[in-house]
Amino acid sequence: MEQFGIWLAALLTIGIISFLYKDNILYKACEAIFVGVSAGYWFVTYFWDNLYRKFYLGIQGAELSDQIFLWMAVALGVMMLTRLFDKIGWLSRWPLAFIIGATAGLYMMTYFVSNAFVQIGATITPPPSMETIGDKISFVLIAIGTFCGLIYFFFSKEHKGAFGGAAKVGIWFLMVTFGASFGYTVMSRMSLMLGRFDFLFGEWLGLIK
Amino acid sequence: MKRTELVVSSLIVVALMICKFLLPKPLLFSPLVSTIVTILIGCAFLVIFILTVKGKPIERRIVFLVVGIALVFPFFMKVELPIRISPEVQQVYDKMSSLPAGSKVLAAFDYDPPSAPELQPMADAFMKYAFEHDFKVIMMGLWPQGPQQANQSVEAAWAYNPQWMPDSADEKVYGVDYVNLGFQSGNEFVILRMGESFKSMFPADLYYTAYDSVPLLKNIHNFSNIDWGVNFSAGKPGTVEWVQIAVDRHNLPMSAGNTAVQAPMAYPYLNAGQLIGLMGGMAGAAEFEKLTGHTGKAITFLLSQTYAHVAVILFILIGNVAFFLNKKEKK
Repeated sequence: MEQFGIWLAALLTIGIISFLYKDNILYKACEAIFVGVSAGYWFVTYFWDNLYRKFYLGIQGAELSDQIFLWMAVALGVMMLTRLFDKIGWLSRWPLAFIIGATAGLYMMTYFVSNAFVQIGATITPPPSMETIGDKISFVLIAIGTFCGLIYFFFSKEHKGAFGGAAKVGIWFLMVTFGASFGYTVMSRMSLMLGRFDFLFGEWLGLIK
Repeated sequence: MKRTELVVSSLIVVALMICKFLLPKPLLFSPLVSTIVTILIGCAFLVIFILTVKGKPIERRIVFLVVGIALVFPFFMKVELPIRISPEVQQVYDKMSSLPAGSKVLAAFDYDPPSAPELQPMADAFMKYAFEHDFKVIMMGLWPQGPQQANQSVEAAWAYNPQWMPDSADEKVYGVDYVNLGFQSGNEFVILRMGESFKSMFPADLYYTAYDSVPLLKNIHNFSNIDWGVNFSAGKPGTVEWVQIAVDRHNLPMSAGNTAVQAPMAYPYLNAGQLIGLMGGMAGAAEFEKLTGHTGKAITFLLSQTYAHVAVILFILIGNVAFFLNKKEKK
């Protein structure tokens, strides 16, 4: 049975990779199988983890306040399904409004604190170890990069003269950042491919120890 | 299907069958063969460069094929790459090694199989180290497949030391030495609620054992009862959300292992001291494996990745040469 699973996975992997040559029926079949299996897996996972474990098991022996919250969540979940019916479909806007409101409220605070306040603090505070010349250069570079990057995004004044020069330096810093991100992305995509090749040449063909 | 396509497909099938049934297993190139293969790949680039300069750009499929070869052939070469430990990975190891036996460690597995080549080696090395040093590990996932990845890392630890398996001499007991809380939907809201009560988000573990019935969880109510957190993350929800809520709100000391795509997003948190160390992509995983002494897939994969990177860099250079030559000709 295990061998059957390995052969099936290998053939599906080859089917997906065949897209690199050109779109073909084998690729389409593998893609459809992947989407179907994923949807089925998610459905089953959500059913057992949410409805059974969190709600059904969670409500047993829970305090009244917790029980109310769980029932409210179930009610909102059911309201979401009313989208399927034209006449009462408007009810699904309530849980959506709740999700959007709660998420916006949480993000406002978390991003303000973690991505603004703490980051600004870290940028203007010299790191504790400024022992090597490298540390000092990095600190100065971060300060210049942040300052010039902010100037680039300041559109109330025309980018001319010294102001324009600083904005250009800002663009260079942004380009270097995008370059680093691209490099990391290439590394990540290669790793995905490596995982599949490792499976094909290792588990399936048995050529790798 | 055209006739040539049919011939090529048949040839690929024949080649794969030869690999499957006729080649010696495992296949390992001698240093001479490894050098010849490397030289041949170099020659292929020379030919591509000459063709491009002559104004005959190659097909995109050739690019795929060359990158594929650059990825696969190093699997069979026995070359050890020097691995330099970066300060951010050293920080993760230093924090982990400073923990005494019995420390409660929260490990969040926020990824799925596609990201496993990068993150699973980190998770495996972590789990082996954690079992070796008697940490109490609480595993969970904000991604549906996260808990399965967590179980795979436990199995990797068992494979490394069979004495940790159930009914063995030095058994790591489920529920006492480690527990898998499973997956919970709700993204960052799960972390937010865990700040008040773990039990509210996980009334039972992955196997439906009630939270209060798990001995390891007896005195664990929220993040204040955790000594160190580690997050293996492939995206959202992941490291960003853990830092924003568990670290910045609840002061959980935390390290992270990220896929290479996500690592640049996590670096600002590292520089600001919000994260204690960061393992980024395959390179980070290889460094971590080297530090913990648990050599695994990441170190093996590093050679393939190096070859592939060199291939991509050469293609970028060739593409740029072609671009500028074309521009010159147009003038």
